[in-house]
Amino acid sequence: MPPYFYFFPKWSITTLNYPCHFSSLSMDMLDMKGRDIVSIGDFTVDEIEGILDLAQNMVPIAKGEKTSKILDGKILAAFFFEPSTRTKLSFESAMLRLGGGIIGFANPKGTSASKGETLADTIRMAEAYSDVIVLRHPREGAARLAAKFSEKPVINAGDGAGQHPTQTLLDLFTIRSEKGAIGGLHINLVGDLKYGRTVHSLAHALAMFGAKLSFTAPPELQMPDHVIKDVRQYGIEPEIHTSLEDSVSDSDVLYVTRIQKERFPDLAEYEKVAGAYRIDLDLLDKAKSDVIIMHPLPRVNEISPEVDDTRNAKYFTQAFNGVPVRMALLSLVLGVSE
Amino acid sequence: MKEFKVQPIRNGTVIDHIDSGKALKVLKIMDIDETVKSTVSVIMHVQSAKNDYKDIVKVEDKELNPKELQKIALIAPHATINIIRDYDVVKKSRVSAPDRVVGIVRCANPNCITNSKTDLHTYEPVDPEFVVESTRPLKLRCIYCDRELENPEEHLV
Repeated sequence: MPPYFYFFPKWSITTLNYPCHFSSLSMDMLDMKGRDIVSIGDFTVDEIEGILDLAQNMVPIAKGEKTSKILDGKILAAFFFEPSTRTKLSFESAMLRLGGGIIGFANPKGTSASKGETLADTIRMAEAYSDVIVLRHPREGAARLAAKFSEKPVINAGDGAGQHPTQTLLDLFTIRSEKGAIGGLHINLVGDLKYGRTVHSLAHALAMFGAKLSFTAPPELQMPDHVIKDVRQYGIEPEIHTSLEDSVSDSDVLYVTRIQKERFPDLAEYEKVAGAYRIDLDLLDKAKSDVIIMHPLPRVNEISPEVDDTRNAKYFTQAFNGVPVRMALLSLVLGVSE
Repeated sequence: MKEFKVQPIRNGTVIDHIDSGKALKVLKIMDIDETVKSTVSVIMHVQSAKNDYKDIVKVEDKELNPKELQKIALIAPHATINIIRDYDVVKKSRVSAPDRVVGIVRCANPNCITNSKTDLHTYEPVDPEFVVESTRPLKLRCIYCDRELENPEEHLV
């Protein structure tokens, strides 16, 4: 199959030159021009707060209620060596909403990479053709390596089982915009905590903000020791649970992840475990009335569809939030947000 | 009178204060194997002045190159290097454990980008690089994939 190359021309629409009212304090503090976004651990709490403030101001543009052309003339190279739906589309949407253009591929087959080109050379080429590079790659450390070979900023859109910092930022943005703050909240991470890439970086970031953490998972999929050690260095002692019924009652946020069939040797065992961590209306009855339910998506059956219509369900809002957060990041690293 | 367990060497290098039990690893770092052409003395588990045990390696007609020195500093952070010329110590230095280790250890994570080979079997054009988080026990963290490397001595390049 030939590679899917795509190019979108810049939108020519009536625009605002400036998104809206940025918080001057945050923007003064945030000089991120040319900076790589590789790992959430590279950021301080203040920097994250600044990014989230800017993302908040981007919401009307992300919704199409206002228009902007601040990235007019800028080109994003989106190189996806692995499949992606939400991340890829929301980066594209973010760039287009701010008036920029996009080049790239969504499948490495047929590209120079499949002819034996190193990632370093592919990145040098991307650097020559664009102003900012977004990379998803199956190997851990790929984004750090790309950043080394590019003078232009590199944004990590997921590297193997490693980091996915823009997902973490949109998760934080969702919690903050729904609950008003992050520190002091009781956040319960549920499901596959062992293999789930998003929950490791998220646990780190939540600990930085001083959130109370619960990890609810079957013993074979519980949070790895290195993550537990990591959050303890911020003075957070996470509660470890195997039963969702035990941990749900005082949670402010339920962050649910998918338990994958392939982690279990037999189907019956999978179905038993997956059923024990399913969110439905009966479980919601045991939770706080204002609990919010998040999920990085795609979900399979870990959240019952009947929950979708409740005011607690925030996973589709969370998916939307990828757009304003990525708009904020693109404008910051391109140095055009002021 | 102090008894010499090993004859002094005329020209070459004496590596002293090697952590007890690590002498054979030092030989490996120096590529000393069955093809050796010079005299090599290995003394293991001898009492040191500080009342603990150490190993010593003496190699005739050889001086260490910088890469070998870095590797020895990793596995024996308290080693001293004595350069001998005509039976005299002409230079004595202590190895220093580095903050960063570049190009002498490979990451143990098979999915790390530094272990990625293209279809043409070439690696990415970077040396594996680690931050030294502690020297005793030796803890290295890959700057690319962020994984801690267990048993770094087993992954020397």
